[in-house]
Amino acid sequence: MLNYDIVVIGGGPAGLAAAIEAKKNGINNILIIERDKELGGILQQCIHNGFGLHVFKEELTGPGYAEKFINELKSLNIEYKLDTMVLDITEDKMISAINTEDGFMEIKAEAVVLAMGCRERPRGALSIPGTRPAGVFTAGTAQRFINMEGYMVGKKVVILGSGDIGLIMARRLTLEGAEVKAVAELMSYSGGLTRNIVQCLDDFDIPLLLSHTVVDIKGKDRVEGVVIAKVDENKKPIPGTEKLYECDTLLLSVGLIPENELSSGAGIELDSTTNGPKVNESMETNIEGIFACGNVVHVHDLVDYVTEESIRAGRNAAKFIKKELKKDSHTINTKAKDGIRYIIPHEIRVENLDNTLDMFMRVTDVYRDAKLVIKADGEIVREIKKKHLAPGEMERIKIPVKDIKNNNISNITVEVQGKVK
Amino acid sequence: MKEYEKVCIVCPVGCRLTITEDSNSNNGYRVEGNNCPRGEKYGIKEVTNPTRVLTTTVKISGAHHDRIPVISSDGLPKKKLFECMEIINDVNIVAPIKAGDVIVEDILDTGVDIVASRSMDKQ
Ligand SMILES: Cc1cc2nc3c(=O)[nH]c(=O)nc-3n(C[C@H](O)[C@H](O)[C@H](O)COP(=O)(O)OP(=O)(O)OC[C@H]3O[C@@H](n4cnc5c(N)ncnc54)[C@H](O)[C@@H]3O)c2cc1C
Ligand code: SF4
Repeated sequence: MLNYDIVVIGGGPAGLAAAIEAKKNGINNILIIERDKELGGILQQCIHNGFGLHVFKEELTGPGYAEKFINELKSLNIEYKLDTMVLDITEDKMISAINTEDGFMEIKAEAVVLAMGCRERPRGALSIPGTRPAGVFTAGTAQRFINMEGYMVGKKVVILGSGDIGLIMARRLTLEGAEVKAVAELMSYSGGLTRNIVQCLDDFDIPLLLSHTVVDIKGKDRVEGVVIAKVDENKKPIPGTEKLYECDTLLLSVGLIPENELSSGAGIELDSTTNGPKVNESMETNIEGIFACGNVVHVHDLVDYVTEESIRAGRNAAKFIKKELKKDSHTINTKAKDGIRYIIPHEIRVENLDNTLDMFMRVTDVYRDAKLVIKADGEIVREIKKKHLAPGEMERIKIPVKDIKNNNISNITVEVQGKVK
Repeated sequence: MKEYEKVCIVCPVGCRLTITEDSNSNNGYRVEGNNCPRGEKYGIKEVTNPTRVLTTTVKISGAHHDRIPVISSDGLPKKKLFECMEIINDVNIVAPIKAGDVIVEDILDTGVDIVASRSMDKQ
C-alpha cells in the first residue's frame, strides 16, 4: 500500500493548481493521479486563445495556460502518475487505482482533492428521434479529434447548442474547410459569450437559430441531414416549421455534467442543482479531509476561476494536514434566492475565512440593468449593480470578512432584482 | 457621416460600440460605448482594417500527438485568414518543439509570425 499526505485525483487545471498550492504551503508528500497520457486536462484540446486574462493578465491558449502550471509543478518536484485511472475512493480515503505499469494499487491518503472535471452530455441524455447513423459527435469529442489527432469529423456540419464550446467549434470547423450550415439553440438566447458569437459565427456568416432544435436525424450509415424546427415558449417544436438541413455531421454542444461517480461512491453529498459535491468555505466536502475543486464541483466557463477556487482547495487541504483547519466554528449557510440557481460554497465556517468570503453563483435568466442583492439573515449587506447577467456567465462576489464575522448570522442569501430581458 | 455598430471582442465583457466618422477627431473616428481604451482602438481598427488572432494546429511527427497547436503572434487581416490556413496546413514539423518557437515566419508578408502555443517533447 502506498501512503501520501495529499492525493489529487485529476491533472487538469484544478488538480494542478491545488497540488502546487498545497506544496507551497509546506506539504511534500503529494501525488496527482491522471488517467490521460499527459497533464493539463481538457485545456489541451482548447487551442483557441482567451485563457488567463484574470490570472496572468495575458491571453493564452488552453495548452499555453496548462503549460505554465505543468512547468511549475515539475519545478516543485510534485509526483504524478499518468495513464492511471482511479476506480474507487472510500470514506476513510483509501484510493484504488490502476495502470499498466504498477497494476492495481491501493493508496492511503490523509487528504484527497477531487478534481475530475466534467463530461459532456451525450446524445443518449437528449431525446432526438431518428436513426443512429455515424456522424453524430459531442462538440468536445470533435474538438479532441481535430485539435489533437488531426482527424476532421465532417464536411457539412450542423451544431446543436450555442454554448462557448459549440461556437468555438463552428469557427474551428470553418477554418479547416468545413461548411457549418447553422447553429441551433433551444433557448431564446445563446449560452455563449457575445465575443464568441461575433468572432465565431458573424465573422463567417454562420446563422444562429435561436429557439430552434433538432427534431430528426436522417441517414442510415452516415448522417445525411437533420431536421430543425422552431420551438414555442414551452420549448415544444412548432408543427409546420420543420426544415431539412443537408449535412454529414451533427455536433452536440448541449451541456456538461460534473464527473461524480467516484464522489458518490465515497458517500459524498451532492447538490442536485450543480450535480457536484456540496462544499464549505475551504472547498471541503461533507467528508472531512476530502476536498473538491474545478468542474467537478460546478461547471466553470472561465478557467481562471477554476484556478482561483483550486488554490483555495489546495491551501486548505494543506491546512487540514497541518491540523489548522477549524472544525468547530460558527457556521453560516448560503441560500440561492430569486433569480439565482446555486451558490458555492454551501456552508461557511467563519473562523476559517482569511480576508474575504468568495462566492460563485449562476443566475437563472438573462437580466439587464439588474442588481445582485446579498442579505445576511434578511438584512441587506451589499448590492452589486450589474448591466448584464446571463446564465452562461458565472458571477463572483467577494465580501469582506469583517462584514459577517462578528455577527451571529445564520444565513446569507443572494437574489437578483431587476427585469428579465 | 457614416456610423457603424460593432461588438468589442477584446475581452469577455463584450461592449457594444458605436463608431462614427468624425473629421474633428484625431484619428478620424469617434467611438462610443466602450468601457475602456482598448475598445476605442478595437472599434477604429474594426472599421478600417479588421484583424483576428488565428489559432489552429500544425502536423507534427515524433511527438505524443499528431498535431501541435499554434497561434498568430498578432492579429491577421480578416480577409487573409483562409489563405493563412492553407499555408499552415502544408507545414510539417518534427518534435521537440518549445512553446513560442516560430513555425511560420512573417506569414503572407503580414509581419506576423505563427508560433507554437505549447511545447512537445520527442517521444
Ligand atoms: C469540451 C470542453 C471544452 C471547453 N472549452 C473551454 C474553453 O474554451 N474555455 C474555458 O475557459 N473553459 C472551457 N471548458 C471548461 C474547462 O473544462 C475548464 O475551464 C477547466 O478545464 C476545468 O478544469 P478541471 O481541472 O476542473 O477539469 P478538466 O480540465 O476536465 O480536468 C479533469 C481531469 O481529471 C481527469 N480524470 C477524471 N476522472 C479521473 C479518474 N477517475 N482517474 C484519473 N483521472 C481522472 C481527466 O482525465 C482530466 O484530465 C471546456 C470544457 C469542456 C468539457
Ligand atoms: S471596451 Fe474594454 S471592457 Fe469593453 S469589451 Fe472592449 S476591452 Fe472589454
